[in-house]
Amino acid sequence: MAITAHADAHEHHEHKPSGLWRWLSTTNHKDIGTLYLIFACVMFFVGGAMAMVIRLELFKPGLQFVDPAFFNSMTTVHALAMIFGAVMPAWVGLANWMIPLQVGAPDMALPRMNNFSFWLLPFAFTLLLLGFFVPGGAPAGGWTLYPPLVLQGGDSLPMAIFAIHLMGASSIMGAINVIVTIMNMRAPGMTLLRMPLFVWTWLITAYLLIAVMPVLAGAVTMLLTDHFFGTSFFSASGGGDPVMFQHVFWFFGHPEVYILILPAFGIVSEVIPTFSRKPLFGYDAMVYATASIAFLSFIVWAHHMFTVGMPLAGELFFMLTTMLIAIPTGVKVFNWCATMWRGSLSFEPPMLFALAFLFLFTIGGFSGLMLAIVPADFQYQDTYFVVAHFHYVLVPGSIFTIMAGVYYWLPKWTGHMYSMALGKLHFWLSAIFVNVLFFPQHFLGLAGMPRRIPDYATQFADWNMVSSIGGFGFGLSQLLFPIIIYKCIKGGPKAADRVWEGAHGLEWELPSPTPYHTWETAPSMDVLHRGAEHWTEDEDGH
Amino acid sequence: MNMKKLGTAIAAAVVTLASPAALAAWTLDMTPGITDISQRIFGLHRLMYWWCVALGFFVFGWMIYSLVAFRKSRGAQADAKLTHNTKAEIIWTIIPILILIGMAVPATRMLIQTEDATNTEMTIRITGYQWKWGYEYVDSGVEMFSTLDRASNAARQLGSNIDPATVPNYLLNVDHPLVVPAGVKVRLLITAQDVIHAWWVPALAIKKDAIPGYINEAWFKIQTDKTGLYRGQCAELCGRDHGFMPIVIDVRSKADFESWLKTQKALQRPADPAQAG
Repeated sequence: MAITAHADAHEHHEHKPSGLWRWLSTTNHKDIGTLYLIFACVMFFVGGAMAMVIRLELFKPGLQFVDPAFFNSMTTVHALAMIFGAVMPAWVGLANWMIPLQVGAPDMALPRMNNFSFWLLPFAFTLLLLGFFVPGGAPAGGWTLYPPLVLQGGDSLPMAIFAIHLMGASSIMGAINVIVTIMNMRAPGMTLLRMPLFVWTWLITAYLLIAVMPVLAGAVTMLLTDHFFGTSFFSASGGGDPVMFQHVFWFFGHPEVYILILPAFGIVSEVIPTFSRKPLFGYDAMVYATASIAFLSFIVWAHHMFTVGMPLAGELFFMLTTMLIAIPTGVKVFNWCATMWRGSLSFEPPMLFALAFLFLFTIGGFSGLMLAIVPADFQYQDTYFVVAHFHYVLVPGSIFTIMAGVYYWLPKWTGHMYSMALGKLHFWLSAIFVNVLFFPQHFLGLAGMPRRIPDYATQFADWNMVSSIGGFGFGLSQLLFPIIIYKCIKGGPKAADRVWEGAHGLEWELPSPTPYHTWETAPSMDVLHRGAEHWTEDEDGH
Repeated sequence: MNMKKLGTAIAAAVVTLASPAALAAWTLDMTPGITDISQRIFGLHRLMYWWCVALGFFVFGWMIYSLVAFRKSRGAQADAKLTHNTKAEIIWTIIPILILIGMAVPATRMLIQTEDATNTEMTIRITGYQWKWGYEYVDSGVEMFSTLDRASNAARQLGSNIDPATVPNYLLNVDHPLVVPAGVKVRLLITAQDVIHAWWVPALAIKKDAIPGYINEAWFKIQTDKTGLYRGQCAELCGRDHGFMPIVIDVRSKADFESWLKTQKALQRPADPAQAG
């Protein structure tokens, strides 16, 4: 009887407003997750279009297309759009969709705040992008917003600062929601050390967000008062200190780097075991390594600014702490390798993207290790070597893993399989062009090409042209991604509940497509036992 | 951005790629430079590079072996019990620590040498401006500005229709290079007037931010056989023309440098009555 009553209630719940009002007013974690992912995809193409302008202007020496000031706006807004508009919202979108499904919760803990935190973003980015149409043009001082240069900006400066405030508020609310959901709404029996790695990495990421987004907000507010209200926090002529901004910014900025990559570690730790048909190797070590990386991220910030003229002791401290990060990161890479060892591997699109992550993120890790060495960093700092490094960890690092995650869970969301052939084509084009695009940038940096320049000496021409060709190829191949997703939403072969043979986790215990409301009754112990990531032999007695 | 220009650019690209000799070489690595310090930094860079190659050989070898040996399509069966191996996990934590110590020791030693700016014989003050460099030989009072040369400046304008390949040292040439002596330990005091710049000459392995309100210190001692011109650029985004404030140093023998400095001093302070009296 209880079951019948429940089914009635369930049917009642399925009612949702139709049309635009559904999306504006929704408090459903799946709807909000979808909104975040669509927003991220749009911003990925907006930021990508700016990257195309950059690579077009750098195609050959001489200025052919844009004014240097506009070029600087391109590099600045490209970074802001990609970091705050594409990668971070994509992670929050995946968190919204998957965390309740994976911990057996009916929804996020704070659904109305969830709606609010999403709907701040379109306003934030409208404000940022409107900067292109006001006197002085869009922000052009670099995404790092260093004063005094950033204070030379036109009317777009306060717009960008308020946009950053809105994004920060949105991120903090998203992070609070993730923490409260994970801490309070796990199904009975889903202990912390049975959570899937994606949930673990997001929990740690959420704490990082809460710790550092207010720091960024404080720093940009000081820029605002310096510019409009006569303070001189960062102005040497008024007794302030321009270097102080860099310290505060990077105290935010380095944990921010891990905010962009830790959820990626989570996805890879889900995808590689599934397609190796083997549990994740060293689960506990993975959790502890993630936590160590998060802790270390707070004490390495000044490695972004070695050329600023620090005392020797400061340089040594930040060099050594930075090198320490290689240890937990190494543990992670070795654990992923060991997960594949004696597995039974197949190569569907999610696995292909996860493998590209594994190879190319490791290359980014190697260049990161080189950058940690202070005397050598004096040569690398602010060159294309750095550009190559952070694009290797962000594009094949974060972006490829977001794609791996989408290809992994898309059949669960839509109930349809997507075209494996198109997915593989998307992968191979992306994987080849991303290397054509970014690998030559290592050479350019070592040969002496500074970053953020619209034009360059002729000895840099060859590799710039190769890099641009890679850039155009990469940009065009990404058009396949929304096409594949659109086709999958519209139709396709019916997806099984357990979409992938080797998949484990509570989300695969649900029907495909997932109903509008899920886990209204917490999963039973049997379901949990079948689905939970990490259930050691001695715990079977429960 | 019109399509005609794009077409021209692509056509030019095809021609350029077909004749790599038209432009300078496909440089792959950094310059060893012209000071003991820069050459040792180059050595450190190479050391790190080879460590990365060795580690990559191991890690990528492991990955590729797994991808080939454990394919489901070749009938590989998963060993689901293989989820922990304490011995292996300890090994792959300890060995990286040892390797990192092996990297940190030479890096620390090198850093201490780099930062040792004692016993310098002369001082040059460098000031960054939007968008040029100011140089002052503090001991003799000789001052000058150094800006992008006219030929580069004409060619770099949007729609100039001047082929950069026809301009010698395009964007890396200045009207007044910084003349410095070889074999002398020179101290640089680096600051800026407006926004943050960075003074970078790869051949010296010196890159130091020029910050308003700060005076940063750097030093070099160029090997005596390395006279000639060496080029660099501003390395910190400083606004619209950040890409157009190059640095050129003209390294001369100590004697040549001193006679140059004497001439400059006479030109800049003609018949100073106080000194004459």
